[in-house]
Amino acid sequence: MKIVVPVKRTVDPNVKVRISQDGHSMDTRSLKMGMNPFCEIAVEEAIRLKEAGKASAVIVVTVGAAACEDILRHGLGMGADRAILIETELSLQPLAIAKLLKVVVDKEQPDLIISGKQSIDEDNNQTGQMLAALLGWPQGTFASKVELEPNRAMITREVDDGLERLALTLPAVVTTDLRLNQPRYLKLPNIMKAKKMPIERLLASESGIDLRSRLIVQQLAEPTKRSGCMKVQSVAELVNALHNVARVIG
Amino acid sequence: MSILIIAEHDNHTLSPSVLPTVTAARQLGQDISLLVAGYHCEAVAEASARIEGVSRVLVADAAHYQDGLAEELTPLVIQQVNETVRFVLAPSSTFGKNLMPRVAALLDVAQISDIVRIQSADTFVRPLYAGNVLATVQSHDPIKVMTIRTTAFEPAKLVTTAAEQIPVSATPMIGRSILLDRDRSKSDRPELTTARVVVSGGRGLGSAENFRLLEVLADKLGAAIGASRAAVDAGFISNDHQVGQTGKVVAPELYIAIGISGAIQHLAGMKDSKVIVAINKDPDAPIFEMADYGLVADLFQALPELTKALDTLNS
Repeated sequence: MKIVVPVKRTVDPNVKVRISQDGHSMDTRSLKMGMNPFCEIAVEEAIRLKEAGKASAVIVVTVGAAACEDILRHGLGMGADRAILIETELSLQPLAIAKLLKVVVDKEQPDLIISGKQSIDEDNNQTGQMLAALLGWPQGTFASKVELEPNRAMITREVDDGLERLALTLPAVVTTDLRLNQPRYLKLPNIMKAKKMPIERLLASESGIDLRSRLIVQQLAEPTKRSGCMKVQSVAELVNALHNVARVIG
Repeated sequence: MSILIIAEHDNHTLSPSVLPTVTAARQLGQDISLLVAGYHCEAVAEASARIEGVSRVLVADAAHYQDGLAEELTPLVIQQVNETVRFVLAPSSTFGKNLMPRVAALLDVAQISDIVRIQSADTFVRPLYAGNVLATVQSHDPIKVMTIRTTAFEPAKLVTTAAEQIPVSATPMIGRSILLDRDRSKSDRPELTTARVVVSGGRGLGSAENFRLLEVLADKLGAAIGASRAAVDAGFISNDHQVGQTGKVVAPELYIAIGISGAIQHLAGMKDSKVIVAINKDPDAPIFEMADYGLVADLFQALPELTKALDTLNS
């Protein structure tokens, strides 16, 4: 059982992002970058399945510039066996990324793909589902539990009105929700070992896939700021304000 | 030029998320088909036909549509996208988010997530970075496949004259994914994403037992109960209550955040509420930056006081 884990490099989820002067892109130059938190959960899950003897190999894959090597090494440091960089300087959208990932999947023939449900920068929540569609595989999105049987994956999904459990015939795509696991911290010897491991490279431009953007960003703007907080000193004052000023209660 | 909306439902009841999706569709055009795919879903089709602006209801009734599985619904949706369909819409719920990228990929078009504003037939506004940025995006695809953030559009009205229902033939069963069971939260409270008032609790509540203190307040206000990720992770309440970037997005008239520090991921899910109240003992908690009214207090004192004050107000 081989598992492919697509991962993405994003800004650290705790830093404040700013719009560039041109108004068309985000100024991430000086910001701390790392593996998208949902992707890290995906890598962790794959490695746990391997440690439990359910999987034989874990391959991390990303699509992006040479700088994305750092998150692949992070994945290797967590315990992945191999890393593949599909290199491009272009900023690609989910459909093109899913098509590029399919190239790797067609070659590697994994039984399972585990990806993050969304990236915390563009919040699209699309790539895993698109990859499943292109492959014609079943999908278990927003998973909070993954159990593997010889020919199927049992997935617990977090949905709007609670939880649901699916049985997916393998091969399948799973996308991770936050409560699936708590990713491990990297140990120094593993970081050192990951530094020496090879990164396999493919060029996106040589795939023959149409990489052009389908959506053109015309403008980025900050949402309207709220008017500011009025500090009240007591519950009585709060209730009075909500009743008589904001008129939302009573 | 026509619009296809995929209805979300449980075979008995139409989801309220469909109504704002219809409103969004009406900003794009007049010819609106609502696809109801389910099993023994006559009541849903009936309700769908009475939404103002819906031109016709397409009904696909088959056992393999019963569970709303994306694998089964995708071929049906693709089959319904004829040469006149220019837009395919669904609510940006877990149902829509699960289904629509699959549809878009097979149509070989982009999917546009979580639209909060329709500027023109090809230009839309959607949030990025947990709602800290609003992007205006233009689509060059011949078919626009999009999910609609339901709190950003008013719900469509219901009318007495029903649109026509047209049965459509089912696509063959795929059968590679099977629903085993559902653990649906049962509650008599208003639905979280459409409630007029939401009372939300965070890590500050300290335990599942204390979290129940919110229920007394929610009862007084007829409110839905929300939670921060920290509270859900800690097991104080189930996942379907989570408000935030990766949970539900709410925009009630009144949002009361109790014992919630206000991580940006939480703010993403509630910042469009009309009036925001924060009660927290830490005066530097980021939630106060987003609040209209802030009370720095121990919530275990403030909560019973607030409940009592509401009693007095109501009497």
